[in-house]
Amino acid sequence: MSVSQAIAVDRPPPQARGWPRARIVGYALVGVWVLFGLGIVAYLVHAWNAEFFARYAPAYLQGLGTTLSLVAISMVTGAILSLPVAYGRMSKSKILSGLAYCYVYFFRGTPLLVQTYLVYYGVGSFRPELETVGLWWFFREAFYCGVFAFSLNTAAYQAEILRGAIESVPRGQWEGAASLGLHKLQTLRKVIMPQAIIVALRPYGNELILMIKASAIVAIITVYDLMGNAKLAYAKSFDIQAYIWVAIVYLVMVEILRHGVEWIERRITVHLKR
Amino acid sequence: MPAQSIWTLLSWGPDGWSDDIASGVLVTIALALATLPIGLTIGFFVAFAKQHEEPALRLAANIYTTVFRGLPELVTLFLFFFGMPLLLQYLVRLFNPDATVDVNSFIAGMIVLSLIFSSYASEVFLSAFRAIPKGQYEGGYAIGLSKWQTMRLVILPQLLRIAFPGLENCWLSLLKDTSLVSVVNLAETLRNAGVAARVTKHSFLFYSVAALVFLVLAILSSIATGYIQRSLGRREAR
Repeated sequence: MSVSQAIAVDRPPPQARGWPRARIVGYALVGVWVLFGLGIVAYLVHAWNAEFFARYAPAYLQGLGTTLSLVAISMVTGAILSLPVAYGRMSKSKILSGLAYCYVYFFRGTPLLVQTYLVYYGVGSFRPELETVGLWWFFREAFYCGVFAFSLNTAAYQAEILRGAIESVPRGQWEGAASLGLHKLQTLRKVIMPQAIIVALRPYGNELILMIKASAIVAIITVYDLMGNAKLAYAKSFDIQAYIWVAIVYLVMVEILRHGVEWIERRITVHLKR
Repeated sequence: MPAQSIWTLLSWGPDGWSDDIASGVLVTIALALATLPIGLTIGFFVAFAKQHEEPALRLAANIYTTVFRGLPELVTLFLFFFGMPLLLQYLVRLFNPDATVDVNSFIAGMIVLSLIFSSYASEVFLSAFRAIPKGQYEGGYAIGLSKWQTMRLVILPQLLRIAFPGLENCWLSLLKDTSLVSVVNLAETLRNAGVAARVTKHSFLFYSVAALVFLVLAILSSIATGYIQRSLGRREAR
């Protein structure tokens, strides 16, 4: 007899045949999406306007650059700022951990839009004081204000990610390293971090995606990022395709990032799979 | 204009702005509360579709979350706020050639926030669905409950208990996202604080007040959800 009969294999249950209700609903919904997609494509073809494209495409590209640099600078500054905050959160000192907790609670509990307004309009209203300190050049520029608010905001989120990742490593790892004579910084760098990064990768990826999405907010404080250019194009042309194009660009960006993070995660967890 | 003290600015009445901001807070709360049931219902059905064995249903649900989690909230809002009237007008003019359509910013905000909230909530519901063992369904069928009855009487109570902490996070981000609707001129907290800031030139003061309002709302929500969670925990089978 053949081998296949001897080995019992767990197979998924066979697909239901015919047209159960779920399948009809499923096909109908997919049909709605296909129609929706075709509708948008048809609209874009119908509304195709070479002049519009020639006029605004370079602005969109420039806006994309602004968006990306805003997110990149904020993420890096936020990562640096998150180190002391995460340290404070994990500290045994009541004062330090209380301060760090308040910082995180404030920035996670209030909308990013309010924080951005608070920096751009709020801090910006102290012009004489800022001029005497010599910081007015910084708070005059909407872009810098955006970077400032976004860095503080993402620092709070990144501190929590970092803390969660470090605390997810069992205590025995610290004790084991200590018994080998490694000091704290060495332990952190050689033992804890390699394990924490695996846990932290996905939240960091999500935070990056959230930042890219949230960066559209700076368009409201007159920064000409991707969204800002779309707003300008819409205000000049009253053509809704200004927003449709920008939506497509954001969607493509987010999808690339999401799949990139998944790919990296698969690569660095190879040793955990069996 | 004589320099007004901070306390006059923050007083209740014609000279102060507290009453304006308070009415904005009511709009914020109303918007969030109006979005919640719609978003929860859509989110539940999207999650249900995502864990269904029918591939077409899964595909449709996955497209939904990919789109609404991938688009920035602000872009979705603008697309709906400016695009919906165009679409509606096109449809209405098929029947009535000289009709004009205007979209209320509260309604537009509610629709957009429901879409966003539901796509995040569906992820929470999905992981809750996966945490419920298959035996629960089989047990339900074995005692003669229909599919719908099993869902309502056996699965849903457990689902809500498992999903609750995740839904609490979704609620908090919904509360924060309501501030975005201020950019399409809905007179909510941030919008009214912004008007006060522009009129009185005390931007820092009024935006701080707005931030404080959102903080207080977040604290109140966590008190409320803590209470609900305790009562859910008490009902858990022992």
